Amino acid sequence: MTFDYAFILSTLPAFLKAVGVTLQVGFIAIGTSLLVALLNATILVFRTPYLQKLVGLYVELARNTPLLIQLFFVYFALPAIGIQVSGFTAAIITMTFLGGAYLTEVLRAGVDAVPQAQLESGRSIGLSHGQLLRYVILPQAGILSLPSLFANFIFLLKETTVVSAVAVPEILYTTKSYIALYYKTYEMLAVLTLICVLLFLPLSLLLSRLERRLQHGQFGS
Amino acid sequence: MSALVEFQGFNKFYGEQQVLKGIDLQVRSGEVIVILGPSGCGKSTLLRCLNGLEEAHSGSLKFVGRELLDKATDWREVRQQIGMVFQSYHLFPHMSVLDNLLLGPLKVQKRQRREAQQQAEALLERVGLADKRDAFPRQLSGGQQQRIAIVRSLCMNPRVMLFDEVTAALDPEMVKEVLQVIQGLAREGMTLLIVTHEMAFARAVADRIVFMDAGRILEQNPPEIFFTNPQTARAQQFLEKFSFVATLPETNPTKELEPL
Amino acid sequence: MASSGLELLWVSLPQLAKGAGQTLSISFLSIAISTVGGVLYGVLRTLNVAWLNAILRIYLELFRAIPVLVWLYLLFFGLPIFFGLSLPSFWCAVLVLSLWGASEVGEVARGALHSLPRGQREAGLSIGLNAAQLYGYVLLPQALKRMTPPTINVYTRIIKTSSLAVLIGVVDVIKVGQQIIERTYESVLIYGALFLFFFFICYPLSAASRVLERRWTQA
Repeated sequence: MTFDYAFILSTLPAFLKAVGVTLQVGFIAIGTSLLVALLNATILVFRTPYLQKLVGLYVELARNTPLLIQLFFVYFALPAIGIQVSGFTAAIITMTFLGGAYLTEVLRAGVDAVPQAQLESGRSIGLSHGQLLRYVILPQAGILSLPSLFANFIFLLKETTVVSAVAVPEILYTTKSYIALYYKTYEMLAVLTLICVLLFLPLSLLLSRLERRLQHGQFGS
Repeated sequence: MSALVEFQGFNKFYGEQQVLKGIDLQVRSGEVIVILGPSGCGKSTLLRCLNGLEEAHSGSLKFVGRELLDKATDWREVRQQIGMVFQSYHLFPHMSVLDNLLLGPLKVQKRQRREAQQQAEALLERVGLADKRDAFPRQLSGGQQQRIAIVRSLCMNPRVMLFDEVTAALDPEMVKEVLQVIQGLAREGMTLLIVTHEMAFARAVADRIVFMDAGRILEQNPPEIFFTNPQTARAQQFLEKFSFVATLPETNPTKELEPL
Repeated sequence: MASSGLELLWVSLPQLAKGAGQTLSISFLSIAISTVGGVLYGVLRTLNVAWLNAILRIYLELFRAIPVLVWLYLLFFGLPIFFGLSLPSFWCAVLVLSLWGASEVGEVARGALHSLPRGQREAGLSIGLNAAQLYGYVLLPQALKRMTPPTINVYTRIIKTSSLAVLIGVVDVIKVGQQIIERTYESVLIYGALFLFFFFICYPLSAASRVLERRWTQA
């Protein structure tokens, strides 16, 4: 079994572009998910009665259904009621829907860990809602949530491979296309594996180090 | 008379640090040895080397004449003959008291249930906890749990019992009930190695006091000698910490030491 | 419109059930194998044997670094080439989900075993238990409670991830749904139904996990 190295080299530009797409989709999704999560966290912190329930429902719906189904729904089903989106857009919308729910949970856990007394003492010295959030709650919740947030960011980056199912030209889609075109299955799979290891392994190891440094046990102190 | 337990030139390292230095210690059958010393002197480590919870590095450790520092040593067998009781008792929380006691006899020693249960219940009776047979550890006080931990080791019919600061984690009211059990074992002639900070108890129960500091044995003497006339300065300093008899600051401690 | 939708679902039920059977079979098989494999992994990792730890760590990191879908393709396209093996996509999916699931359950198990007080291990050894007895009678029974809520979460993720099997050609509930859509164009209805299908399986599991966690951390 010999590698066709020349062929691999010829595909590198395409793969580099694919990595770019992966990162693009991933980072945009991370950003938008974070925004959604911050919005939700604010609702949860201030315990707005009706909205709080809505956030809860959203989180459960998004977390208990597969990304693939959500993706297919947005990309294939919405056109039937007149909403047509590109694969890329569908990917972003869906991953925001899913990522937002996961990150909301992370922030909620972080916020829950901040004692109620902090809110009260903040209010008693006259802080507005915005100031309370900015100076009291978020900093404390943020530090606690850091490893979990980072873990979910990595998760979102890895989930971008699923959006290959709607023809977004990220790394998996590119690999499949090249296999279909040139039949160099062995070489293409090797490149894909290498890219995944180079891209995701360092992140995973970084996360382990971050977790160890912040000494957060899963089963209590 | 040959020793039951014998350490010779025994050494142990934690990485770069040497925690046991050239330990020479002989324990005869039926002897009660109490090991005293400041924190970190290696007394617990010594005990734990005896039942294989810590690995040793050089020297010799013989039990009933057999060398234990050997790759071929079957520690399972040794541990059935050398019982150990821990500071935090470590009963198995998901099992009843009786099941805690029977686990070793039934599964390790493969004894008959009836015989093992008889022994367990008799021993429970002896420590005054016969009515707790079916209770769970979380329903018991610290002193009760520790007494049961002792019984758990006794059910294996060991030849030697090791006690590692077994009253250090107990509320003061419960210390005596545990020490009385140990005293009972001593009277029956069981070989005991005890690490403790309970000075009065040590004095009452020991045949020999072994004083350790910084990984070495500095003194070995019968308790009357050790407590009234410690031979080394370190031992004197150590005993000072437990004495509330006021001593004049300038005088020589050796000459002025009052009987405790 | 709504009634014809429900009618359609009713008529397609046999087909959908068959597809659902595939989805759930893949999930259940993977869950079962993952559980056994995961507990084994956890036990082996806590034995602290250096070379064993290294191998298991590599296995873990491989399944963390490479996304599940990529693994599916690696096996589906790669097995025929590497080993001349032609594994049906159903079993490819089970294999990948089991290996990945085992690594996830394994980390939960490892964490749970690790969180037990060290003295439990020492007390067990001191009465002469061997490794199998120590884990079987003392450590695993105690770890089980701590393991259960996070493990149920892993099960939920296995069920959701099994949806990816359609992409390597398994005729699961999604594929069947797509076939129905091809005939009837009822994409909203079918994808909506699939959405609810997964929701009503996964939500009870997540809820159960949360209830158990709350109840058992108070014990």
